[in-house]
Amino acid sequence: MDGSLTTPPTTTLDPPVLEVEDLRTVFLTDAGVVRAVDGVSFRVGAGETLGIVGESGSGKSVTALSLLRLLDEQARIVGGTIRFKGQDVLAMRPAELRAWRGDQAAMVFQDPMTGLNPVLRILRQVTEHIVSHGRMPPAEARQRGVGLLRRMGVAAPERAAASYPHQFSGGMRQRVMLAIGVANDPALLIADEPTTALDVTIQAQILDLLRGLNEEFGTAIVLVSHDLGVIASVCRRVVVMYAGEAVEEAATAEVLADPRHPYAWALVNAVPRLDAPIGARLTSIEGMPPDPLHLPQGCRFEPRCPFKIARCATEHPPMLEVAPGRRARCWVTADGRSLPRPAVPATPAAPAARDAAPPLLEARDLVKHFVLPRRSLFAPAEKVHAVNGVDIALGRGESLGVVGESGCGKSTLARLLTRLHEPTAGSVLFEGRDITHASPAALRPLRPRLQMVFQDPYASLNPRMTVGEILVEPILAHGRAASRQAARERVGELLTTVGLKPGFASRYPHEFSGGQRQRVSIARALALDPAAVVADEPVSALDVNVQAQVLNLMQDLQQRLGLSYLFIAHDLAVVRAFCDRVAVMYLGRIVEEGPAAEIFAAPLHPYTVALTSAIPEPGRQRVVLGGEPPSTLRLPEGCAFRARCPVARAACAEPPPLREVAPGRRAACHFPGDFAPHPTPVRSASLADHQRR
Amino acid sequence: MARYIGKRLLLAALMAVLASCVIFLIANLVPGDPVLAQLGDVAASDPAIVARWRAKWGLDLPLWERYGIFLTGLLHGDLGISIATHRPVLDDIRQYAPATIELATIAFLLSLVIGIPLGIAAAVRRDGWIDSAARALSLLGVSAPTFWLAFMMLAIFYGGLGWAPGPGRIDPIAFPPEGPTGLFLIDSIWSGDWEGFQDSLAHLVLPSIVLAAATIGLITRTTRAAMLDSLQQDYVRVSRAKGLHEWAIILRHALPNALVPVVTLGGLAYANLLAGAVMTETVFAWPGLGRYTFTSAAALDFPAIVGITLVVSITFLLVNLAVDLSYALLDPRVRR
Amino acid sequence: MSAPLDVSIGAPGIAVPAVAAPSRLRRRLRRYGPAWVGGGIVIAWVLVALLAPWISPYHPDAVDVSIRLRPPSLAHWMGTDTLGRDVFSRLLHGARLSLAAGFTVVILGAAIGTTIGIVAAWTRGFGDEALMRLTDLVLCFPPIILALAIAAALGIGPLNTILAMLVVWWPKFARLARALALVQRSQEYVEAATVLGLRPRRILARHILPNTLGPLAVLVTLDLGNAILTFAGLSFLGLGVIPPMPEWGSMVAEGRELVEQWWVAAFPGLAILTVVVGFNFCGDGLRDWLDPRSRSR
Repeated sequence: MDGSLTTPPTTTLDPPVLEVEDLRTVFLTDAGVVRAVDGVSFRVGAGETLGIVGESGSGKSVTALSLLRLLDEQARIVGGTIRFKGQDVLAMRPAELRAWRGDQAAMVFQDPMTGLNPVLRILRQVTEHIVSHGRMPPAEARQRGVGLLRRMGVAAPERAAASYPHQFSGGMRQRVMLAIGVANDPALLIADEPTTALDVTIQAQILDLLRGLNEEFGTAIVLVSHDLGVIASVCRRVVVMYAGEAVEEAATAEVLADPRHPYAWALVNAVPRLDAPIGARLTSIEGMPPDPLHLPQGCRFEPRCPFKIARCATEHPPMLEVAPGRRARCWVTADGRSLPRPAVPATPAAPAARDAAPPLLEARDLVKHFVLPRRSLFAPAEKVHAVNGVDIALGRGESLGVVGESGCGKSTLARLLTRLHEPTAGSVLFEGRDITHASPAALRPLRPRLQMVFQDPYASLNPRMTVGEILVEPILAHGRAASRQAARERVGELLTTVGLKPGFASRYPHEFSGGQRQRVSIARALALDPAAVVADEPVSALDVNVQAQVLNLMQDLQQRLGLSYLFIAHDLAVVRAFCDRVAVMYLGRIVEEGPAAEIFAAPLHPYTVALTSAIPEPGRQRVVLGGEPPSTLRLPEGCAFRARCPVARAACAEPPPLREVAPGRRAACHFPGDFAPHPTPVRSASLADHQRR
Repeated sequence: MARYIGKRLLLAALMAVLASCVIFLIANLVPGDPVLAQLGDVAASDPAIVARWRAKWGLDLPLWERYGIFLTGLLHGDLGISIATHRPVLDDIRQYAPATIELATIAFLLSLVIGIPLGIAAAVRRDGWIDSAARALSLLGVSAPTFWLAFMMLAIFYGGLGWAPGPGRIDPIAFPPEGPTGLFLIDSIWSGDWEGFQDSLAHLVLPSIVLAAATIGLITRTTRAAMLDSLQQDYVRVSRAKGLHEWAIILRHALPNALVPVVTLGGLAYANLLAGAVMTETVFAWPGLGRYTFTSAAALDFPAIVGITLVVSITFLLVNLAVDLSYALLDPRVRR
Repeated sequence: MSAPLDVSIGAPGIAVPAVAAPSRLRRRLRRYGPAWVGGGIVIAWVLVALLAPWISPYHPDAVDVSIRLRPPSLAHWMGTDTLGRDVFSRLLHGARLSLAAGFTVVILGAAIGTTIGIVAAWTRGFGDEALMRLTDLVLCFPPIILALAIAAALGIGPLNTILAMLVVWWPKFARLARALALVQRSQEYVEAATVLGLRPRRILARHILPNTLGPLAVLVTLDLGNAILTFAGLSFLGLGVIPPMPEWGSMVAEGRELVEQWWVAAFPGLAILTVVVGFNFCGDGLRDWLDPRSRSR
């Protein structure tokens, strides 16, 4: 029944490294049998790279775990075959499986913080399976271990080898995990979201390593990610998964340029891109993936598909060859046609001229230091220098983006501006009033005008209150409704405003998906008719399609209600799609600020250059920035970026002020614009010609 | 590491001083006047006699001065005179301590030797019969009152079946083994008294099992929960992906992490042993600190109670100190 | 199961055939069975305590030395003690004090401790530091020994013993409540409530307290058994009750040397065991119910 059987036979005599046929994995749950992986087939030849992409719950990670048979107890592989160099993996006995795992096939996991055993030294964790697989005697293995760490770019490998995991950052730990993975020169390396927990500049370093391993040692790589950009920067081929099925399989570049499955089409177009027109709406599809317990009879994507035809609802499509070497599970494109490009959305009205009025929300030389609890009675108190002198102003009707990597102080800045934290120094002005040290009681009347949307849709709603109660609470607390009845009517309006049904008011947060919860969160912020909304990473916990929905909603609301946004994010493309102006933060300071279009077109600060080029988009030239941000416990002297800066000079020992270097553009650099990436040949050059994502 | 130990020691000393302060306050804020209690009705009705008594015992001094005297006494090892035995409390404690140390140590070892392997086995074979048995056993262990368990053991194995010797450390007509430690097992080996060794060991069996019962339950539970938690960690999955043998994963990767909470519990377990010893020794007529505590409490022998509380608290502090230190040995994240 | 799907082949990464999924009913029984049994035991004992004067065959203090130390019989189901009192009647009456003491200590201890803990977490700074050092201080004593010392200082009697237990009981609740409240404080929905301009009292009452109640309820339930054990222990040592009053711990103490007349001590101890097991089952069940992740741990 499956198109997989029609795959052209490989021309070589050697069997492929990995050959997966119609893999089916289920979870046994209280509610029933969940078909997490439901018919996935692909093959990976020696030295090839394959990506598996899909949203959370699509079954991509379960597929990865099934390959090495590392599933949890409640999961069962119930069908299909997995062959490694012709050997049936599912038929292996435990001892054979052990001898194979970690020796010929290895795996790297998502979270480097928990993947290393906290009580064992690094070297032992890197070498124990070299010894246990009988590859080398312990002494030799130790030497190899140090060599591996060096190859993975771990700083001071001899010392690192003797250290414990907690002494390392996430990026360094992921390097160690990679060293563990390739310790025995496996023919196959499976990487499950290896960079998801990392910052974009660190992610670029790790992806570089993966590419290097593939090129240098010919290790075949299966890379699982939710991010097509990440996959495109490493993998030649990609499998797109939806609701447990592979829905498209093709060369990565082809999928990016010309997706043949509507879900792949949505995935490709929902991601904000650095080269899209400023302020353009993102393409999003409505709805949610099907309930895995009650899968539709026809195509699983049919309920959400913008291109569906009559046949889709009744007949489940098989994987069909739609072009040479390309397969898709779709009736619409079965005859080999392409899907239409998304209509180029109208550019929204130009933002209001902001110079006319005084800023709505303003920070002047804002500083926040957190004193850490003492380790013991006698230890000196340590200080986290979270925000170190930030000047920023949000105009009326404007959206201002603040970007930076984790630990740069952007979330603290958001909490200072909304006075969840009290600044250590500097001042915060809202509507011209100084609220720097205003008491909670003095702030209360101002609160309605200045609202906040939080990052985690699962943590920002009280689990013990219904959505109605959550929304009524502020309305009544501020006397915004004459009666409970009036307040309830207002709740209905609010829910409609954010695209939810008024009837949802009686439900509890856990009954909603992440995107819906984030809509509730936005409705709560709107309940008091704010002038400004500080949004702290409002979409970073969401899948790309839901992210597009929420961003579009926020943009609509801005136009309808005349809101101003201060938008905190780590994702530059999102900021670029959403904001008029952008401020880039590094180590608690703003290093560059200016109109979004200009900053992304011609960044001035070397950090901005590195940041924009680190985004894994196919065809981009990459500047992989070495090193990691310094500790916030002890601030470096001079320019904070000095240690990682490719163009640092003697003058940088003097801290650069944030000054206007071009009209409307400020940068904190002695040599703004000096560092421009040199055009280097891009490894995935073949992708460059295609339309990017 | 040395600095860490130093800091911990200093902190423990500070806590000991504070603890002595608390105990002193308890002793001195007793409702009812100890003078009246000691003098009797006739003498107490004469204000002059009462005043002289107060002066004699320093009760007319302000509270902080009395605390100073109490503390000075403490530093010289003076815990006061027991009302019941008319001996210095410290001498009493010295005499009774070895019996309790012997019993508690055996019980502690017993609970480690049984509890940890049982907890591991239960976690590894989760929901299997070992798991069910371990859970039932630990539930009974922590739920059964120690004093009742002691009685039942004695009633069944001594009174009913006659398999075990009766109460006491040794046979009532035998002479205690001579030696420097007061620990009969060691002293009997010391003096080559083979019969004394057998006798002491036989007398230890029931009380140590009773005393260990609750601790075995606690350690089994904690080991099991910690192992289950540890076995679900990502590093265990990474170890599987490395192709390590399952036993290597359990013993080398999961167990060291699981032991961290178990060791923390060790301190608590020891406290349980000290508390349990009061009940166990009372039922088994074991001439140790526990029985001394019981007789002192029954006789409202206040100096003795204060002395015991102080000694036990300081022991408890030292045990916790040892726990903290072994914690640092087990978990590199604590060392700094 | 929505579709015919053979789940009996394959295993967790180990392709061992024929591992059938346990039935839903069996899993539910395994998960909540003990909790129901525990609840049944606890409710039964509470009923006994309430109805003791009406259901016990004899007066608990009725002395009759002519029938002293009789073994269990139809007339005296659990025999008689040294004074010829009916052990069964005394056991039923003993439930009153044991349960009352357990509930009082735990509920008051939890109330005091929780208040202190939440206030400490909310105020932070010096008050927090002082309160937490105080809990450290109390926790550095073995609880039963400290309670023993205090109870001895206060004098024999149930109220004094309960008071002594309270002194050592509140810190663990203060610790837990503070930790929970600290977690809550940094929750985004609490921050959201602050940004919405709600008053601190409302935030504490509506957002922080309800979300700390679950784990506290688990500790309270598990601790009830513990408190009953401790109270019985102190009574066994002669502190809990003044003699004629029936109490399980002191009943065991009275019979502790009567190895031949085992029934005097055996039955009251068994009563304690069942109550404690009941509360443990309830607490475990409650924890599983509140926190799905800890299931069958």
